[in-house]
Amino acid sequence: MVAVTCCGPDVQPAIPAPTYYLKSSNMSKAYSTEQSIYAGVDVGASHTKVALIDTAGHLCGHGVRKSGVNFSATAEMCLADALHMANCTPDQVTHTVSTGYGRHNVTYATGNQTEIGCHAKGCYFYFPEAITVIDIGGQDNKIIKLDSQGRRISFKMNRKCAAGTGAFLEEMATRLDIPLSDMDGLARQSSETVKIGSYCTVFSATEVLKYVRQGEKVQDIIKGLFASVIRRVLEMDALTEKVVMTGGVVAHNPYLIDLFEEHIGRVIMTPPFPQLAGAIGAALYAKANQTSDNE
Amino acid sequence: MAHEKKQLLRRLESAKELSRFMADYYYELNEAALSGKQKIAWCTSVGPAELLRSLGYLIYFPETHAAMLGATRMATEMIPTANAMGYSPEICSYLTADIGAFVKGITPLSTAYKGISSVPKPDVLVYNTNQCRDVLDWFNWYGDKFNAPVIGIQSHRSVGEITESHIASIASQIENLVAPLEQLAGRKLDMDALKQAVALSRECSDLWAKCLATASAKPSPLTFFDATTLMGPAVVGRGTLQAVKTYRLLLDELLERVAGGKGALVGEEKFRLYWDGMPVWGRLGMHSTMFAELNVNVIASTYCSSWIFSALDSSDPFKSMARAYTELFIARDDTYKEKYIQSKLEVFGCDGILYHNARTCPNNTNCLYGMPQRLFAKTGIPFVTMDGDLNDLRCLSDEQTKTNIEAFIEQLEEMK
Repeated sequence: MVAVTCCGPDVQPAIPAPTYYLKSSNMSKAYSTEQSIYAGVDVGASHTKVALIDTAGHLCGHGVRKSGVNFSATAEMCLADALHMANCTPDQVTHTVSTGYGRHNVTYATGNQTEIGCHAKGCYFYFPEAITVIDIGGQDNKIIKLDSQGRRISFKMNRKCAAGTGAFLEEMATRLDIPLSDMDGLARQSSETVKIGSYCTVFSATEVLKYVRQGEKVQDIIKGLFASVIRRVLEMDALTEKVVMTGGVVAHNPYLIDLFEEHIGRVIMTPPFPQLAGAIGAALYAKANQTSDNE
Repeated sequence: MAHEKKQLLRRLESAKELSRFMADYYYELNEAALSGKQKIAWCTSVGPAELLRSLGYLIYFPETHAAMLGATRMATEMIPTANAMGYSPEICSYLTADIGAFVKGITPLSTAYKGISSVPKPDVLVYNTNQCRDVLDWFNWYGDKFNAPVIGIQSHRSVGEITESHIASIASQIENLVAPLEQLAGRKLDMDALKQAVALSRECSDLWAKCLATASAKPSPLTFFDATTLMGPAVVGRGTLQAVKTYRLLLDELLERVAGGKGALVGEEKFRLYWDGMPVWGRLGMHSTMFAELNVNVIASTYCSSWIFSALDSSDPFKSMARAYTELFIARDDTYKEKYIQSKLEVFGCDGILYHNARTCPNNTNCLYGMPQRLFAKTGIPFVTMDGDLNDLRCLSDEQTKTNIEAFIEQLEEMK
């Protein structure tokens, strides 16, 4: 995998890259109780993510939990986790923007944006140039095209079928009776890829069963599933610009990025926290709202 | 104090008159079906209504009934019955909803119009395949059920330039319908009556076209969602004086709104969209509100313009009917369709276009063969595609639709 985690040399990122890798204990040192911070909350179908940024745009805390069945409560808990990491108090949160399918369930949000907008903003922040963003989420996939000014030119979401999404991999992990977290490691051990061609999750499952029956190695089946995810994404739209990938699926399965690069013959860029891209974008919107309030 | 809902849309007074028209229309059909005093023809929505009218038939349009099943959200409960009978979930959900409802003995007419308990029994079913082949399958099923003749017109599809041979072949098919229809009606065709029906149909069409054209005003006095219901008389009342009178009232009110600078939206009309494809009947209210809340007006559409028949000419009824039915957007090739939509985007000053990818109606879906991308390359006007269906609510996700639309409007705002 070629990890490109930051802007090119001619473009200075608004925040120094190492900041993102600070451990929570280090993060806490920089924040006094007077300082304003901005929260972004991405309530996704699978996980809820909260990102906190300060007035300079530094990421100072984050929290990720399964969305579960009570989005409001989960969003509260994620905020508490993020505040704890940042060593900040709730009073310091000046603005909060929510996003994701559960964006209207975040009771403490002062505004909301779609996840399309937030992923775009979050990615452009790290890669301020014309880019194509591919987000592979738990429930849906998105392809967003941005111009060099960060404006959205177009976007596409997958159709109703879950094939190619995180839900698809979860379903297949269950079928193969392996923990979801083992998939990436197992796929890396594969020597041959089996072909899974259907774009229907149910049909794909029957293909998997056929390979199980034939005695194919689990590693090869999983690599085949990863290849299937890639094909489903590539069917959605043409990739015309530099490509950035985000989402929980690539965050937890970085081997998917390697395979994607092989497939398209291009380097794929990823932000430091791919799963947080939407939440960071939402926090950036919150910060921008504050700025416009003050104007 | 109870929380008052903010009014987002202005209601049209004349809509009441249109509702009355529809009620009278269905009661007249019901009376005829019960008394047997007047023959009833079932007709496809762009079938030869003028001919039927002039032979004294009352006309019932199953498509309008199917749309009512959709609008009342009954369709999704009816479709599985037809699916189980062998009609695939992938085919026209008007057909499957309508046949399913008939088999279950249910009709939305009985709720909307007290005293009506069923659809009116046909004496004849007359189709035109200019929309799709599904209408023929649909009518054949009913023909068999009612033991009634099924006759009609096999239209040309994917028509580019309309030639004399196109017109001649359709005109002769319409003329060939005269003898069997005369026999069933028990009367000879009166050419003056046909000319009169064609003239009234043209007048109705012209008035409807003028009503839709008022949406080019900024702000638009009309929304697409209003138009989908206001078009009822243009569909079922073609060839009648009452439909003409009704649209005169509507046009007056719309022009009054334009003169007064009043839009259909109570709030600011920030963006103007074009809707391509069918409406999602079961979500008319939801979609109407969703757009209004975003200060967006969907002002024009391919669908509502499909009942404009400018070629109708009372001095040459058969040929002009043939031309009008062949000029229909849905029967044309993609080159024509592309140019048509491009001109509409310009005339109506649209900021964006929404393509409804209706799962069960590929004939009325124009985003499957690269048209959005081609039109975007030509016009620079952004587009969004919405997966859904006209009637089958199993084929859509409200959440995904909402996110798609909101993200599209965010995109338009960014591009401003």
